[in-house]
Amino acid sequence: MGRLIRLLLLITSLAVGGFAVPHRAAAAPEDLAAGLALIAKDSFNDTLSGIDAIARSGVPHAAALVEALQDRRMLIDTANQKVFYREPAGTVREAQSNEVVASPPAGLTAVRLNNRVRGAASAAIGALSLMNPDPQRRIQAAQAVMKSRDPTALAVLDAALAAEKLPNVKAELQLAWAAVTFSKSDAPLDKRLEAVALLKDARSREAVSILRSLPADAAAPLRESTTSAISSIEQRLALWGYVQNVWYGVSLGSVLLIAAIGLAITFGVMGVINMAHGEMVMLGAYTTFVVQEFCRTSAPWLFDYSLVAAIPLAFLVAGGVGVAIERGVIRHLYGRPLETLLATWGISLILQQAVRTAFGPTNREVGTPQFMSGAMEIGGLVITWNRLYIVIFAGLIFVGLLLALRYTSLGLHMRAVTQNRRMASSMGIRTGRVDALTFGLGSGIAGLAGVALSQIDNVSPNLGQSYIIDSFLVVVFGGVGNLWGTLIGALSIGMANKLLEPYAGAVLGKILLLVAIIVFIQKRPRGLFALKGRAVEA
Amino acid sequence: MLKRRNVLAGLAATALAGGALLAGTPLAQAQDTVKIGVLHSLSGTMAISETTLKDTILFLIEEQNKKGGVLGKKLEAVVVDPASNWPLFAEKARELITQHKVAATFGCWTSVSRKSVLPVFKELNNILFYPVQYEGEESERNVFYTGAAPNQQAIPAVDYLMSKDGGEVKRWVLAGTDYVYPRTTNKILEAYLLAKGVAKEDIMINYTPFGHSDWQTIVSEIVKFGSGGKKTAVVSTINGDANVPFYKELGNKGVKATDIPVVAFSVGEEELAGLDTKDLVGHLAAWNYFQSVKNPANEEFIKKWQAFNKNPKRVTNDPMEAHVIGFAMWVKAVEKAGSFDVDKVIDALPGIEAPNLTGGTSKMLPNHHITKPVLIGEIRADGQFDVVWQTKDLVPGDAWTDFLDGSKDLEADWVGKKCGNFNMKTGKCG
Repeated sequence: MGRLIRLLLLITSLAVGGFAVPHRAAAAPEDLAAGLALIAKDSFNDTLSGIDAIARSGVPHAAALVEALQDRRMLIDTANQKVFYREPAGTVREAQSNEVVASPPAGLTAVRLNNRVRGAASAAIGALSLMNPDPQRRIQAAQAVMKSRDPTALAVLDAALAAEKLPNVKAELQLAWAAVTFSKSDAPLDKRLEAVALLKDARSREAVSILRSLPADAAAPLRESTTSAISSIEQRLALWGYVQNVWYGVSLGSVLLIAAIGLAITFGVMGVINMAHGEMVMLGAYTTFVVQEFCRTSAPWLFDYSLVAAIPLAFLVAGGVGVAIERGVIRHLYGRPLETLLATWGISLILQQAVRTAFGPTNREVGTPQFMSGAMEIGGLVITWNRLYIVIFAGLIFVGLLLALRYTSLGLHMRAVTQNRRMASSMGIRTGRVDALTFGLGSGIAGLAGVALSQIDNVSPNLGQSYIIDSFLVVVFGGVGNLWGTLIGALSIGMANKLLEPYAGAVLGKILLLVAIIVFIQKRPRGLFALKGRAVEA
Repeated sequence: MLKRRNVLAGLAATALAGGALLAGTPLAQAQDTVKIGVLHSLSGTMAISETTLKDTILFLIEEQNKKGGVLGKKLEAVVVDPASNWPLFAEKARELITQHKVAATFGCWTSVSRKSVLPVFKELNNILFYPVQYEGEESERNVFYTGAAPNQQAIPAVDYLMSKDGGEVKRWVLAGTDYVYPRTTNKILEAYLLAKGVAKEDIMINYTPFGHSDWQTIVSEIVKFGSGGKKTAVVSTINGDANVPFYKELGNKGVKATDIPVVAFSVGEEELAGLDTKDLVGHLAAWNYFQSVKNPANEEFIKKWQAFNKNPKRVTNDPMEAHVIGFAMWVKAVEKAGSFDVDKVIDALPGIEAPNLTGGTSKMLPNHHITKPVLIGEIRADGQFDVVWQTKDLVPGDAWTDFLDGSKDLEADWVGKKCGNFNMKTGKCG
């Protein structure tokens, strides 16, 4: 009966809207005043008690207050010990009365936070917004309560569960309920066992974490069912772990592919040992930075598309520099690999120092657009968006390059020149021009790699150096002069690296991999896919 | 400390050294100036960190000359570029001392570079001020360590995480780059944690190569280790460039500071400059100085520093503060000794006090380390740190840690015992 009344109350408060706190029928402004007084002291311990008091007070704007606190929008007027908060839109309100203050007093300072305060704040927001009209907020609230496992939230959870209509929200609420009940040592045993079953069905990392926190002195049946639940979840997670490792391998492989594919053109197809390849990647990354800075200052609404805009520009910048290098230096050195190596290396140093002088030695920030931030979950597999986009981008570049070599006249000329320069020349192909364009193409693609790598690595003058060795490794391993070889080489190196890493560790894993490649190259000096026929001798 | 080093760096250094030499040599050699050596990499992988320190010394010298110099003589900086190449550090140090006859040198960042110049400073008897936090286990007559020893950074940070405010952490991931500083620091920390009653299975140690950029596997392992039912934290001695991809992965995987906080010993304002810190709010760093520290001395320093660089956004960081303290100490020691003579200054330095930028007064100790406050800062959304905890008093730097078997009996004392590794048990030096 009591439950029914409470439910009715709840529904009315929901209908009124705002953030209702069900376990207290009437708001208690005196709690709010006490809480705000504590917060005005601005010490972490007082702020913690203050959050409790605000949550207890049950005033309609309690959640807004705690949210403001969490986002450093809660302001103290130290002189008068008064507390204000600023709404995300910018209006400042007085915290006690929730009235808009037209001219806030000068010298307001934000309430200081630490992780403990942040945790308490998100737990309080969770408990306060379990009945929020927005289902998305209710899900977030349930997740916050699941994290905090605050036993006082149980009553609200029960009420929220009873009122919930949407099945997906209900599932989250049930999990939160299970987490709280399981951790509450004085909850009835059958409820706690029920909680174990629910957590077991959740089958997530978080559920394991909660189940593992059971104290050793818990009742025997509870302990047993918990242990079996943990092992069943762990089994499933271990299976997903393999899938996850394969995905990591694909992801690392795509990064290697993207870094190496430009080199597959300049080194693989043209045979130029191009030590400045990494710097082309770096130039691409810095182009991205410049484009993004431009967007930030002149057109902030373009920010999310800045990467898209950077793609053609990075290609042109790096490609242009590539053509200049080929025309200025490399064409005088064809057939002299050692000199080419030294010259391109010198160029790489010049480019590095030039960028260091122009942009400074420190890292530059290239922001991640909204659609590339965060991660998605498929079963037990966590895929971060930025890595997924890079895999797709690498695939597109690869396909694009294959098509360009196969179906464009430049591609035809390139293949002709690399297979037999003299014959191509006597057929009327301007080999010098083809050389320049081929080198430009390889460099431009390295520039594209820079756009992608700016999302996962440092944008600093040293960016290129960290990829040059891996790139050569991929091209040589895959077989010089063969794009498919580069693809397979990159993927197999990435995969082997990531499958070894969990067992051998990152350092030893890399060493083992290098040893394996050395042995492989001994056996097959021309790599995985060796070119056959007369072209090899050219 | 040591940042990413790879095969190319060494060769790159040699190639650039020639140019740097020309640029660094002052043309005029006036009689009434005294030379100060600046031995920081301006090219190669370490330039990212060390260039700022070179600017710091130039700034400090300019400020000192405005006040009339030292002992009536103007100071003059001799800047050389060791180009992130460890053997070149030794050559450049020799050049500074023998050719330029510098009165003292401010320089080095990585432990390898310091170890490489040590014999030169000993042989030619000169002074080196070393401004970076390091692994300890060293004390030399010719070197003054103004950065933090492990007991001035790592141990207090762990104490904080164990405290109620720090979240009462019970499970520890010690993640580091694979070289001497993280390995030694983690050895000390592991011994310390075990002594504090942490179970062996609650400690996970992980090393990664320099410049590691694919953190997917390791972040998943950390999350997995964090699901052990106890509050977990990561103590990161991950170095330099590897931090940006590490934090990006943490942010994307949604590892929040309220779940698994990461406390870093090598991430400062400069490193965060290349990162979007929105998702990293609340992760921690332990240093002896943060730019956000509120006090008049710091605010004045930042204002002058930004004016000197003509860049109102230029950040300050911990190793810079160490140079500020070290430089002030050297000036005072010279004035106390009444001479620029190396031996007299070395003898005068212990006991010298100089204000630090966090509002206290640091003192040079007989073991050539200094007293410093320890601050824990949380990353803010604007790339700065919020100081959430600090030691009540200044902590004296301990050259030889008390938590390792080989070094707990050792003491360094260059005043009374004239020894850098005096064994208290056997009563002998060495």
